[in-house]
Amino acid sequence: MKTEEIIIAGFGGQGVLSMGQMLAYSALIDNKETSWMPSYGPEMRGGTANCVVIVSDSRISSPLVSKYDTAIILNQPSMEKFEKAVKPGGSLFYEESTIIQPPMRTDINIYRISALREAERLNKKQVANMVMLGAFLEVKPIVQFESILAALKKVLPERHHHLIPINEQALLKGKEIISEYLKEPV
Amino acid sequence: MEQFLINPDCMVYDNHPVTLTGEPFHYCPGCGHGVIHKVLMEVVRDLGIQEEVIGVAPVGCSVFAYHYMNVDMQEAAHGRASAVATAIKRVRPQNYVFSYQGDGDLAAIGTAETIHTVNRGENILMVFVNNAIYGMTGGQMAPTSLIGMKTATSPYGRDAASMGNPIKITELLAQLPGAYYVARHAVHTPNAVRKLTKAFKNAFEYQKLNRGTCFIEVVSNCPSGWKMSPVQSIDWIEKNMLPMFPLGDIKVPDPKTGDPVMVKNN
Amino acid sequence: MEKQELKGKEIKLMKGNEALAEAAIRAGLDAYFGYPITPQSEVMEYLTENIPLRRGLVLQAESEVASINMVYGAAGAGARVMTSSSSPGMSLMQEGISYIASAQLPCLLVNVMRGGPGLGTIQPSQGDYFQAVKGGGHGDYKLFTLAPSTVQEMVDFVFEGFKMAEKYRVPAMLLADGALGQMMEKVELPAEGQFPHVIPDWATTGKKEGRKQNVITSLFIQPEKMEQINLDLQAKYKAMEIEVKSESINTEDADLILVAFGLVARICMKAAELAREKGIKVGVIRPITLFPFPTEVLNTTADRVKKFLVVEMNAGQMVEDVRLSINGKADVQFYGRMGGMIPNPEEILTKLESMMK
Ligand SMILES: Cc1ncc(C[n+]2csc(CCOP(=O)(O)OP(=O)(O)O)c2C)c(N)n1
Ligand code: SF4
Ligand SMILES: [Mg+2]
Repeated sequence: MKTEEIIIAGFGGQGVLSMGQMLAYSALIDNKETSWMPSYGPEMRGGTANCVVIVSDSRISSPLVSKYDTAIILNQPSMEKFEKAVKPGGSLFYEESTIIQPPMRTDINIYRISALREAERLNKKQVANMVMLGAFLEVKPIVQFESILAALKKVLPERHHHLIPINEQALLKGKEIISEYLKEPV
Repeated sequence: MEQFLINPDCMVYDNHPVTLTGEPFHYCPGCGHGVIHKVLMEVVRDLGIQEEVIGVAPVGCSVFAYHYMNVDMQEAAHGRASAVATAIKRVRPQNYVFSYQGDGDLAAIGTAETIHTVNRGENILMVFVNNAIYGMTGGQMAPTSLIGMKTATSPYGRDAASMGNPIKITELLAQLPGAYYVARHAVHTPNAVRKLTKAFKNAFEYQKLNRGTCFIEVVSNCPSGWKMSPVQSIDWIEKNMLPMFPLGDIKVPDPKTGDPVMVKNN
Repeated sequence: MEKQELKGKEIKLMKGNEALAEAAIRAGLDAYFGYPITPQSEVMEYLTENIPLRRGLVLQAESEVASINMVYGAAGAGARVMTSSSSPGMSLMQEGISYIASAQLPCLLVNVMRGGPGLGTIQPSQGDYFQAVKGGGHGDYKLFTLAPSTVQEMVDFVFEGFKMAEKYRVPAMLLADGALGQMMEKVELPAEGQFPHVIPDWATTGKKEGRKQNVITSLFIQPEKMEQINLDLQAKYKAMEIEVKSESINTEDADLILVAFGLVARICMKAAELAREKGIKVGVIRPITLFPFPTEVLNTTADRVKKFLVVEMNAGQMVEDVRLSINGKADVQFYGRMGGMIPNPEEILTKLESMMK
């Protein structure tokens, strides 16, 4: 990997920003260069939220870009905005339960993930973002998995540290389902 | 036959006064701002003064009041609403003028304007929404935050020695000769809403007399800033806000003379 | 344990606003005065949480007018002091800043700019360039103005700002924008307690037996005296020119130079990379100090390069200083976005391509 430019987008409350922070923290632990740029302001209240995360082996110039190697999309408005922003040959991961209009592009790799369903099976809807992150990391191991686990401790406030095991489970689940998905004939 | 799902006695507002634009409020669930907007605008409708009212809303969560209140309005810089309202009233004395201000706005950054507007006895209605926090900027300490209250800028609780005490600016203003009618109300129960409605009516009626400033504090809530559910926040008003900010009239016109007098026990 | 760790040098992932606040504590901040405003409220929030456990004073004032006058008082009393705000709040502070400049008090001011004019928007902007570098209040004065472009520089320039402010007895300004305040990057934090502050002998600390009375004032009623103060200030601003800083990237072989400060400079670096992929040789000059302005480097570069594009998040402010520096030697064009919009590398590239036609 040289540089990976990622956009993560969805509704506020879907864990979009913390997913991005996990990646950034892990990159820091792996001694890579990283930046995390959130959308901020009132649009976060119930509205859409997104963050751009860049992980690189070398100095990062712009922390904001308009074309991405990977888009992780958690709601329909974000799909409309960011499907076209994936670089040719790039990847798009999306949550299947919230997308009405699936992506149509043929020049990118598309991964339909049932993160919410898997999270519900774990009895914790809130970890859907971790399922998604696990899936992404299986396809693009831009940071070490151990670093992601260490990053959990940084991103989760201390009072939520008892939730670390369930988050770990969700990450592993994500890795697992994508492996099966990749085996499926297309 | 139409059936009331709600006991008619508990109806504190109806659905679509013409004085509201009909745009859905952007306020957080359970926030008092929406109720106060509605009560104020119902009174404007009931008095039939929609065409004569001009409102001023400065920055704060209610900065977009003009999206909802269907009357002419001006937005004002943080703290300066009463200066803006003063000037509007001076150049258009035939109009009804009100300001709608938060605690940060009215009792911190705008304290000078607040005191001098009332001291000049400007013939306006000042609506003061006290939610004991800076809602819009994300829950920082307000001049009215209670002792011990944890906010984004008093993470260990408000401490009187270094941060001062919650300011009772309403009582302070009532001392000024320019204040004609001063009261504190709330919107946490249907009964409180009814009393507030009456107070707003009085205030607009007094404005016709040209006798001085009408000042109504409304004790409100901020579930987001207080980090509580709407229900918990109502409970918190009862238990914590009202002992510090007791409800009722503070200064009212004497029924015989019409001169403003302080209400006893206040 | 944690305490111990905080004292040493450390690498962390931090938000720009929080990194700035942490840097201030490590720089031996004595006092912070401020008032909440988005997008920089995290500065005071971080300080109210951390200062009580460490050292210093933090006070939420009733307004920016009060904050800046508290800064005046504390600086006059010899403290290492700062405030921070965003555009509308900074406007309110201008009177106080003029007094501070006239009384020659060192302090650090931080403006995390948002889109204006007026209440505007809370999204990032560079609309206060003129206000910062031309002296936003009344009278002839300047602020030593630093423009960070990374979270690391949000840290480093706190130290640099205090250093310059104290060396020259001027207010220093750290001019950032909302995106820099909100974004997270890797930062290396210097150890605490390495940047000692000596209470200056001109400060109002109580008139000790044997020393003359110290007075802090900006009132010089006789015009002769006031003119002399102005001459002293101007001489000081002239002397500050040796502190000028800028960064030049790939300018040696460039046919076109992008000029930008702060975050926009990094977007321009990306645009320059994209341009080079297409065979257009583009370099970037990033002014790091906005006052003093890197006139020299721009002027000498213009001896060779004949096309310049200035990119800003405003309607064209620094471009005026670039034109003055280049003084007609080259074609200087402008590309700007306003009101909280951030230019992206592709749109800058499009503009570059049109200039090379
Ligand atoms: C000069 C200036 N300083 C700061 C701000 C940021 N600001 C906007 S609203 C606000 C306070 C809001 O609190 P309050 O007045 O109590 O209203 P609420 O949101 O709680 O209803 C602040 C500090 C600003 N807009 N302008
Ligand atoms: S932040 Fe508080 S005051 Fe503002 S809308 Fe939400 S609940 Fe109401
Ligand atoms: Mg408030």
